[in-house]
Amino acid sequence: MRAKSVFLTVAHRLAILAYIAFALFPLFWLLKVAVTPNDLLYSEGIRLWPSRASLEHFDFVLRHSAFPVFFRNSLIVSGSTAVVVTILASLSGYALSRFRFRGKYWLVTLMLLTQMFPLVMLVAPIFKILSPLGLTNSLTGLVIVYSAFNVPFATFLMQSFFDGIPKDLEEAAMIDGATQFVAFRQIILPLTLPGIAATLGFVFTAAWSELLFSLMLISGNDQATFPVGLLSFVSKFSVDFGQMMAAGVLALIPACLFFLLIQRYLVQGLTAGAVKG
Amino acid sequence: MASIDIANIQKSYGVHPVLHDVDLKIRDGEFVVLVGPSGCGKSTLLRMIAGLESVTGGEIRIAGKRVNELAPKDRDIAMVFQSYALYPHMSVARNMSYSLRLRKTPKERIATVVTGAAAKLGLEPLLERRPKALSGGQRQRVAMGRAIVRQPKAFLFDEPLSNLDARLREQMRAEIKKLHKDLGATSIYVTHDQIEAMTLADRIVAMNAGVVQQVGSPLDLYDRPANLFVAGFIGSPGMNFFEGTSRAGDRPLFEIAGDIGIPLDAPPPLANNAQATLGIRPEHIVLAGHGPETLLATVDLVEPTGFGIILHLSLGRAGFKVFTNDRSFLTASGTVPVHFPAHSLHFFDSEGNRV
Repeated sequence: MRAKSVFLTVAHRLAILAYIAFALFPLFWLLKVAVTPNDLLYSEGIRLWPSRASLEHFDFVLRHSAFPVFFRNSLIVSGSTAVVVTILASLSGYALSRFRFRGKYWLVTLMLLTQMFPLVMLVAPIFKILSPLGLTNSLTGLVIVYSAFNVPFATFLMQSFFDGIPKDLEEAAMIDGATQFVAFRQIILPLTLPGIAATLGFVFTAAWSELLFSLMLISGNDQATFPVGLLSFVSKFSVDFGQMMAAGVLALIPACLFFLLIQRYLVQGLTAGAVKG
Repeated sequence: MASIDIANIQKSYGVHPVLHDVDLKIRDGEFVVLVGPSGCGKSTLLRMIAGLESVTGGEIRIAGKRVNELAPKDRDIAMVFQSYALYPHMSVARNMSYSLRLRKTPKERIATVVTGAAAKLGLEPLLERRPKALSGGQRQRVAMGRAIVRQPKAFLFDEPLSNLDARLREQMRAEIKKLHKDLGATSIYVTHDQIEAMTLADRIVAMNAGVVQQVGSPLDLYDRPANLFVAGFIGSPGMNFFEGTSRAGDRPLFEIAGDIGIPLDAPPPLANNAQATLGIRPEHIVLAGHGPETLLATVDLVEPTGFGIILHLSLGRAGFKVFTNDRSFLTASGTVPVHFPAHSLHFFDSEGNRV
């Protein structure tokens, strides 16, 4: 009996390890190619670690490519989208969680509907709408499009967090002398921090890695975000794998930092949302 | 402190009425308990007074002022919730002072008031703790502290003790009573526990299915229940009921199923052959022979409670309970003589109303 349970534990851990290795291998490969000098890239293509590592690709990407511009653009777009969406989703999620109003059912249905389209279908119409407004080839345009796409899901996410907070708390606050909005701001919002962190993280990464709209709405390097910028390493005759991977590694940094900052709330947040949503 | 007048209050959710024409005048400083089974509308009524539920019809006045349309924050009342509803991200002191801070009370005054309330409730050592580091009883005290720092016009309690274990409940019940004696504040207290209602109330309002059944002092409700519902709800173990027919004559009887006649010492306030329900509390039945027509009841079950004994007996098909302190009945079996004293009998007509 004991031997069996030890065996099961070991098998369990091994399975988890195998999964982690599988999930992280592409990231490892990204790093490996990024530090492989160009002359070894093809000759040592399948070795786990090159015989000579160098940071020359990083150096090139940071000093001689437009990468810093892409990086800045992505940071602006993703950050703004995350903030805008989270504010909107907090307010609308609260309304869905707490208020009864006419047309609520249809509103929710409509929001769900927006999540059912393949985005490719919408590229042309959105371009048609944004073009006369001067919002193509602009970061503002991207923020608007990303926000529009992310608000419905983020709203549902926030709603599930608000649902998890007992109504008694804000009723107590209202009897203590708060208006509903003050109760929301001083009592409910602080308790929803995990949910806000989860929503921020989710939207930030979604915007950070978005390629399709960025590619279609932005022309030229000035306003390009990072995923589009990566494509500039693909030229007509060759692909600069080393530089591309180096840029990719650099692009992981803000996402990692961001999650490092919010992970304390995130673990709490995602589970709370999962159970109570 | 203030009086609260409730006039013809109605409440419906859509087409479903939950409160029918409730009328109630609560005097300044009075402790009123709303009691009834779950779903009887007592909590809804309390929440309407607090302003957490809208009023469908009728009028609520606090200190003579109509409050129907006022937001909860403008009614100057305090409420203690069943779930305590403490703010988890604030310390005990900040929980208690939240209402004062919202009103921009000067810091020194807040400190004095909070310390005073904490002393009254024995919370001084806990002031810097968060609610999650407190036991259930302590949380309950903080919730009460939050209510008393404000000196509101009235206190509302929504089943405040339901989440506590039996011993703690008893202790907190006494503390609430003591607090009310100290503060003399108008209080409305909702519970489904008739013991809480009996022990705390100046007046009890018994409710069922959205209708007030009886309003009176605890002993009024115990001694003279207005109908079958109140008779059955107040008292533990509950009142015994026998359905039957009254028979007048030289020796008046109340005839129950199986042609068993319960002899009545005095003529009942009923017409001859009237269908009715006879009620008697388990603690009022005498376990002794009385004259030639002694009734013999079969012993079905003996339940010792320590304090006394609950005997489950039956007369024909009718089962009933008797409470006695006489330990010789611990070993009772077969049959025992029972006597129903006339002054302890309650009669209810076929509608269930007291006769």
